[in-house]
Amino acid sequence: MGEFKVHRVRFFDYMPTAIRAMAFNAHTERLALARMDGSVEIFNFTDHYFQEKVIPGKDSRSIESLCWVGGRLFSAGLNGEIAEYDLENLRPKYSLEAYGGPIWTIISNTQGTQLAIGCEDGTVKLFEVLEEHIQFERNLDRQKGRIISLSWHPSGTHIAAGMMDMIRVFDVPTGHAVQRLLVDRGFGGSKSRETVVWSVAFLSDHTVVSGDSAGKVQVWDGHTGTLVKTHLVTKWDVLALSVSKDESSVVAGTSEGTVIQFQFIAPTLHQQQGKEWVRTRTFKNHTHDVRALAEIETAIVSGGMDTHLVVRPLLEKFDEKSHASGLRKIHFPHRNLVSCAKKVGLLLFQFPGQLELWRLGDSDGHGKPGDRLPLERMPEKLLLLKRKGEDHICCSALSSCGGWLAYSTVSCVRIYRLQTDNNNISITKVSKLPKALHSAHQLCFSSDSSKMFAASSQSSVLVIALTQSECKYVHTLKPKSGSRQPIHLMTTSVDGKWLAAANSDCEIHVYNLQKLKLHCIVPVYGSCPSAMGIHPTTNNLTVVHADQQLFEYSIVEKQYTDWSRKLQKQGLHNVWLDRDTPVTHVTFNSKNPNQVVLHDMHMFCIIDQSLPLPDQKTQFYNQMTLRSLSEQERPSHLHAFKICKTFQDLLCVSLLDDQSLVVVERPLLAITSQLPAPVRQKKFAT
Amino acid sequence: MAALYEEFTLCGLVQTQNASDSPIQGIERDGDSDHAVVTDSTRSVTLYKVSDQKPLGSWTVKQGQLLTCPAVFNFQTKEYVVVSDNKVIRVWKDEDLNLDKAFKATVTADVWRVHSAPGGEPVVLFQRGAVRFLDSLLSAPQQPIEDVLSEEEVIRWSTNIVAEEQHFVLFTTEQKGECCLYVQRLNPNTLQKYRLEREDSGASPLSFSASLRDKHLNLLYLYPNGCVYQSVVAARGYVGLEGVQALPRSLRLRLAVGEGELGAASAVALDEAHVAVVGVPHPSARTGKDFLCIWNTNFQTLQAGILRNWRKLFVPHGKALSVIPYDCQNHPSGRISIKCNCSQGNVKLGVNCVQPQPHQTGPVDEVQREVEALVSRGDAQDLQLSVGQLACHLVARSQAETAFYTPVALAQLVQTQFLCHSVCPGLLLLSLEHKDYFLCQLCLQLFPDIPEVVTCACLKTFISNEVLQTPYSDNFLLPHLKDLDTQQVILFLQYLQFVYLKYSQDVYTQTPGLRSPTMTQIIDWVCLLLDAHFTVLVMAPDAKGLLSNLQSFVKSQVKLFSELGKIESSLQELHKMKLSKDISQYSIEVIELF
Repeated sequence: MGEFKVHRVRFFDYMPTAIRAMAFNAHTERLALARMDGSVEIFNFTDHYFQEKVIPGKDSRSIESLCWVGGRLFSAGLNGEIAEYDLENLRPKYSLEAYGGPIWTIISNTQGTQLAIGCEDGTVKLFEVLEEHIQFERNLDRQKGRIISLSWHPSGTHIAAGMMDMIRVFDVPTGHAVQRLLVDRGFGGSKSRETVVWSVAFLSDHTVVSGDSAGKVQVWDGHTGTLVKTHLVTKWDVLALSVSKDESSVVAGTSEGTVIQFQFIAPTLHQQQGKEWVRTRTFKNHTHDVRALAEIETAIVSGGMDTHLVVRPLLEKFDEKSHASGLRKIHFPHRNLVSCAKKVGLLLFQFPGQLELWRLGDSDGHGKPGDRLPLERMPEKLLLLKRKGEDHICCSALSSCGGWLAYSTVSCVRIYRLQTDNNNISITKVSKLPKALHSAHQLCFSSDSSKMFAASSQSSVLVIALTQSECKYVHTLKPKSGSRQPIHLMTTSVDGKWLAAANSDCEIHVYNLQKLKLHCIVPVYGSCPSAMGIHPTTNNLTVVHADQQLFEYSIVEKQYTDWSRKLQKQGLHNVWLDRDTPVTHVTFNSKNPNQVVLHDMHMFCIIDQSLPLPDQKTQFYNQMTLRSLSEQERPSHLHAFKICKTFQDLLCVSLLDDQSLVVVERPLLAITSQLPAPVRQKKFAT
Repeated sequence: MAALYEEFTLCGLVQTQNASDSPIQGIERDGDSDHAVVTDSTRSVTLYKVSDQKPLGSWTVKQGQLLTCPAVFNFQTKEYVVVSDNKVIRVWKDEDLNLDKAFKATVTADVWRVHSAPGGEPVVLFQRGAVRFLDSLLSAPQQPIEDVLSEEEVIRWSTNIVAEEQHFVLFTTEQKGECCLYVQRLNPNTLQKYRLEREDSGASPLSFSASLRDKHLNLLYLYPNGCVYQSVVAARGYVGLEGVQALPRSLRLRLAVGEGELGAASAVALDEAHVAVVGVPHPSARTGKDFLCIWNTNFQTLQAGILRNWRKLFVPHGKALSVIPYDCQNHPSGRISIKCNCSQGNVKLGVNCVQPQPHQTGPVDEVQREVEALVSRGDAQDLQLSVGQLACHLVARSQAETAFYTPVALAQLVQTQFLCHSVCPGLLLLSLEHKDYFLCQLCLQLFPDIPEVVTCACLKTFISNEVLQTPYSDNFLLPHLKDLDTQQVILFLQYLQFVYLKYSQDVYTQTPGLRSPTMTQIIDWVCLLLDAHFTVLVMAPDAKGLLSNLQSFVKSQVKLFSELGKIESSLQELHKMKLSKDISQYSIEVIELF
């Protein structure tokens, strides 16, 4: 296939923030996850854990707790507000002050009619869930000391509240506290410190399980208020608890980064009476605090300070080893944070609070494979653009000529004109933007930089004409399907004729930009598109889905291409399908129309469509083998998928117009090194 | 097929004090082929029985007198003749013990050589070209001697041929680059002068050899460019031809000389077809010039087919005079070569008569220059041999001449790392003798094969880092260690303890460039010394403190090592950890996909 010059970029200091809370919606199988910066991410557990939505954060927003009510998502935080999210427009729908000081927790009853929050001022407040809103109902008896954690009894009649040094059980109809469970303090020096009951779980049989800052998981009898069992599991805090749906298992997350499972089982076999809570398994997939935890049907989902989401399947729930039974760690967002101006070698990095524009370095040396070339010019940070306002940046784009830059938050869109000549760079904000352009889920420029496209509400796309002097609204492209879901992928053809947009309903609309109308809808596939691109010469649309399926669709002929049909008929190689991170970028080689470049977190792949497809017996990762073969032997071993794993922890792989590859790496080690020291480190022989 | 037999050494050669002289002036036949008269460069004449390799007699002139021409044997009178101080001719017999008491006569002109051959009377050739029969000269020693040669003409070589009642004295001269051959016929006396054709390079011949065959005198001469020419002069001569005649020549051999020209080499005609050559590179070995080769001039092939009376080649080299017997059958494809330990540049080959040129006899700085030139040549294969020879030569010379010692040159030779103890056994001892500790250290450092006895000899003289690092075998070293006396042992042990403590204290501050023995080497030596001298040390009162120190030291070491053993496995784990490649923030790399 040949040699490539690779710009290996490691100066994108992307730093995800810690996971603070999560809530799993068993009905829709969506996991909502809140991070410390106030952003909320929605993962679709029916679709390969694909991160289908991201609600950007906001400086003043802090989320301590998340709660699903049906398909509605609520959060509460230390700013004292309850917020409901608009999952179609990816923004808070509304937020309201609870007037109880900082809110530590929010829960709903099983019926989904009421919300309860635990406040700093010692009150548990109940809210009625209305159709479009929530409304304050009443306070339960006010207690001395903050309410840290809450759990609603499945019957809805009682609420258990974790506080300082104690747990209260409230009778909801009357609002009175009916039980007071005193929680022991820790031993030794920590005796003087109050014990924080970080988490409680109220089970159907009126058993209360608590996790506290003294490292205990305790089981109480909620009727009598007596302590049944104490499990001292850590020297540090037990931060989170989660109960399985059948209440046979409880998991606890600790500051040590461990997740400890307790199961309600009989101490001896064949004895169905006298079941008790027994500590069974310990999982260690984190280095830091496990702050958020959810035990779902087949797995334990955990997250915390070390920023990555872990899905740990419970192997006893699987009959055979399969794709779903593998451990998943989700480190990087399933979308692009890097834009690449292919014509001029500029990179735009998107942070929540700023954008960075870099010019790649240069080398006119030549080398043999494996060489590192001497640098003629170092890479240069041309621009650091800080956003205005409190809202975090949700998307950004750089035109391929490097002349335009745009970003959007939930409240505004900004477009800048960039002029770079040699060493000078000037940036001009485009002042008058069309009124229709107030927010965008996705932004992209046409390849000739004459138009900008902004993904707006209800899967519509705004077409904006760009000229030197002004920026004019042209048209709104609307899907025929009437989908209300946000667009998360958008791409244009090089000839400026086509625009493809994919939304969370897995729909891909192709618009004719000359006629400014819908051209076709790509047949809807059951998995969400994770990346797509339009071929520069053939105008074929290559789509990769979250389940790793790969399609090539001819826009002109409105049908799948022969190559795509052949691929589907033969089936993708199992090794390809078993990869656990989605492809997040598709690009093409302008010099060789047979080549498609795509990448996930762990590899990049150049698909050569002129070569035979690998069947299941073929060695899929065959680069090493090919290297060892002689020139004559090689052709018989070639197949279409050329996979390079030299570069790891990839955020972006792109092919510049000068045929050199740009590889943006963000080593996980670099992320880990920026975390605070863990409370406990593994030492030798301990 | 011809063969050269294994060489044997006739005698050792003693270096002369006068640096410009070679150890041997000449080797002449005695009455039969088994006797040789060897004249050294200074004062003595020795008679050897060749097959027994032993001297039968030796005569020396007084101190202050110098033998200036090789002694010859007068086959008719069974007497020996030699010339001292150019003008004094001495004649003696076997039974004479003292040369001073022998007959002597002083002549009026400087003698170049006395030539003698079986069946002929000895003749005396004077430096200015005149020739006299010995008898007639001795009968009137004060007779005037005429000058034959012009003023600047000097004799380079001469020989004497007796055959069929004809007697010739041949000698060549050189004057301003022009070479001439003089053929002096005796009875009747005629002198013919021939001018040798000049070689393109202008160089003069390196060596001559003459023989009488088929009533013709054959002169064979070798030029520095490797060309061997033959000229033929009719033995009968053309009486009455006056003046200088040009001497036609024919090329007999063109020897490959490698790069550059030959410095010194010698060619001898063995018979019509065979020439023995020494000092010319072997055509197939190409390593050095120390080969004695026999060439067939008819076929230009290297071989041997030799028929000579003596059947022996005498080759003086280094500090030995070697005799190489040869034998042959007539077989055209034989090929002979003998590697002999000739020092480069100082070779003379003679069958009947060897006339060594001045050897490597220059002063120290000249030797130094030569060594430098040699070392800087840089042809590794070539160096390997020549360095060894040169070193041996220098050592031999230094041993012979107490005033001669070239530390810098020797150090340079050692530093080429082509030397080892076995190649030049005298070198280390020589440096010890001269208390040249730098050279000692260098040898200890670079020689892999120093015998234990020498190591111990070094120890007795000085204690170093370097001695400890020489390879040894316990079994061989132990007996020699026992030779050390108690005080030496105690001192050495103290030194070892000091070194060990020093290294264990600042293990990280060792100068990286400094060669230092490893801990193990130090401990091994301590053990060996204690083994060798334990009983003595236990009895010696002044060793008590040292021994108890060593004991407590060993205790602490044992403890330390047991502690180290505990963490060994965890340290090993560190080794297993993958070293992550240092990757900077940005690089441009080249990859290849297949």
